[in-house]
Amino acid sequence: MPHLKLLTANRLTDGVVVFLGADGDWQERLETLRPIREEETLAERELQAEADVAAQRVVGPYPIDVVEDDGDRLRPLRLREVIRAAGPTVRLDLGKQAEA
Amino acid sequence: MALIRDGKIVEDAWRHAEDAEALDHDGPLFAGLAHWRQHFGQLKSRNRPTGLRLESDEAPEDVEDLLAYVDAIALSFPKFTDGRAYSHARILRERYGFDREIRACGEILPDQVLLMTRCGFDTFELPEDAKAETYLRAFQAFGVFYQPATDNRPFAARLRRRQEEKAS
Amino acid sequence: MYRYDEFDRAFVLSRVTQFRDQVARRLSGELDEDQFKPLRLQNGLYLQLHAYMLRVAVPYGTLSSRQLRKLAHIARRYDRGYGHITTRQNIQYNWPKLEDTPDILAELAEVEMHALQTSGNCIRNVTADPHAGAAADEISDSRVTAEIIRQWSSLHPEFAFLPRKFKIAVTGSPNDRAAVKVHDIGLRLHRNDAGDAGYEVIVGGGQGRTPRIGQIIRSFLPAEHLLSYLEAILRVYNRFGRRDNLFKARIKILLEAVGVEEFTRQVEEEWAHTRETAVDVPLEEVERITAYFAPPPFEDSPPPASLDALARDDAEFALWRKSNLRAHQRRGYTIVNVSLKPTGGIPGDITAEQMETVADLAERYSFAELRFTKEQNIVLPHVREADVPALWQALRQADLAAANIGLLTDIIACPGLDYCNLANARSIPVAQAIQQRFDSIKRVHEVGPLTLNISGCINACGHHHVANIGILGVDKKGQEFYQITLGGRADEHAAIGTIVGRGQSGEEVPDPGGSLVET
Repeated sequence: MPHLKLLTANRLTDGVVVFLGADGDWQERLETLRPIREEETLAERELQAEADVAAQRVVGPYPIDVVEDDGDRLRPLRLREVIRAAGPTVRLDLGKQAEA
Repeated sequence: MALIRDGKIVEDAWRHAEDAEALDHDGPLFAGLAHWRQHFGQLKSRNRPTGLRLESDEAPEDVEDLLAYVDAIALSFPKFTDGRAYSHARILRERYGFDREIRACGEILPDQVLLMTRCGFDTFELPEDAKAETYLRAFQAFGVFYQPATDNRPFAARLRRRQEEKAS
Repeated sequence: MYRYDEFDRAFVLSRVTQFRDQVARRLSGELDEDQFKPLRLQNGLYLQLHAYMLRVAVPYGTLSSRQLRKLAHIARRYDRGYGHITTRQNIQYNWPKLEDTPDILAELAEVEMHALQTSGNCIRNVTADPHAGAAADEISDSRVTAEIIRQWSSLHPEFAFLPRKFKIAVTGSPNDRAAVKVHDIGLRLHRNDAGDAGYEVIVGGGQGRTPRIGQIIRSFLPAEHLLSYLEAILRVYNRFGRRDNLFKARIKILLEAVGVEEFTRQVEEEWAHTRETAVDVPLEEVERITAYFAPPPFEDSPPPASLDALARDDAEFALWRKSNLRAHQRRGYTIVNVSLKPTGGIPGDITAEQMETVADLAERYSFAELRFTKEQNIVLPHVREADVPALWQALRQADLAAANIGLLTDIIACPGLDYCNLANARSIPVAQAIQQRFDSIKRVHEVGPLTLNISGCINACGHHHVANIGILGVDKKGQEFYQITLGGRADEHAAIGTIVGRGQSGEEVPDPGGSLVET
């Protein structure tokens, strides 16, 4: 895989952006999650995500590219996903960036 | 298959002819436009109820000559987002005065049956695994309508008029 | 203003109940997302980048102070304390929870509002002139037509699953403030030589991926045939509009494919049938609706001389008065435009506190009535000229007195990549950078009337095609780039802008934008 990956989706009940952790739970923050390094792991997680869609937990899961910063903290590669993970760049008081 | 007729779930006696052999079926049968064109003699002289099934890209104007021979028309919704048959039903009812059964088949959501009723549909084939109660409940979703349609239900402007007449 | 009667109320309450049931079915799993999506969209509920987004209909942009207070309450209770006024005169909330949306709709119903058909492939909330009933140049009040269309299009059984969305706009003035030439249907109220009221019917305009100026298919439609004619247009579109390609599904593509003459022939043929139905509104119903839009109890109030004196003494007031006021039908009154475009703000955003302030001011100075505009601003339509200085002071205190209506910094911007799922690039930071480059309000006034609009993707919610200077955000290998168009306009001389030069990066945009303004 050219990039590390994570699965992301929106939570059904409130639409909040979530990321699938290795333990199978959907988390609101991605920084400390373990990234997916292998195609096989990605396929497994995608299966789980589909099951969580069917179970009305999340909506519209898809994989995103992530990179590891120093100290193994993850951040999304593309701007769209950076904004999804943090909040609007024009309202730093809103979204997850405000809770940091 | 289950069918909704007059706000009740009933057993559906009709079948849709998949191929030409199915035209020999001994019971109520919907045949497609191509079958009607190819086997017109056979279909019009069947002594069982015989219907015409129209796909959403087949126009009512093109079947005007068949309307006298059919006992029912099934309008198909290949996807619930394909809204052409709503117009087709109204044209069949309002322009050609077709007064026998018009049924909806294919992908039909509960939230659509009331709209379909207003456009002149009177029976609905329940999709497999559908929850019948949700469909039946959906007919009652609205009691007030803003525009006249095929079903001749009272609509707001007319009700307002009546109210004024009563008051005066 | 229009007021609901028992039928309108019953209708909207039924809608709330129906949506509550749909949400419950979604949460229980009876509906999957593919099935729920078209239902929630017909109620203005999207899933955006950060959360759900709820778009509330403000029919033809007209609302009362009481309704604005309710919008403020919803912003506070169910959202993050603000709302965003859209380019279709609606308001949207960016953070509601799915489970709360039925309650939000119930609260809206209390003040005669809803979110019906603010999205989805149906007839959308109809837009009209935000100065209707007030403008000095008005021939006929577009709100009456818009209300008739609102009622007719609400849950129209035949047109709920069209090939694509469908937008109608109405103007009653020769100076078009409703952009009727870039709508699926544009209606221009006018009178024929005999003095009868009717419509010029314009079809096939639109922005988005394939911007088009609409074409006149009927120069005079007698007013009493409005709905049967609209029904004929919609039926032709519903039957023959393309359904195989999302990008070619709007009525403009159908019109172009068959040609305007053939399209018109089809509509007229269909109209021969639809005009035989009961759909056209009887005169007494037109009169009933018209009565709601009777002028408020204006007083005879000669324009005070003190305004000129204040303008001489206070340059800031003079500039605001020049750019933000428009001529009213009644002597002694004026139309006040409240700009939601302060430098460095977010175009169209308004906080709950500001909503309440504006509601107060509308009550005090404008018969409790106000309008949202497609330029994402607010209008107080009926202000006594004598009250203008006090109103200006109050607006200044609420940071609502930017003196830039119709000028360069009155930028239309879609939410862009900061909020929107479809966007390719951000819009708001570009708007802010341009505002900062032109921070001198005096300079902005010297440049004169100029529209600058920004869209974050080709769907063109930011109306960039019809701006004098248009900016379109594109994604170039993961980088934000911006393409510039020139020469567009949205008024009675509507035109689509032409692309100039190559794409610019975000930091570069204010400069070519700037030099264009300078030249």
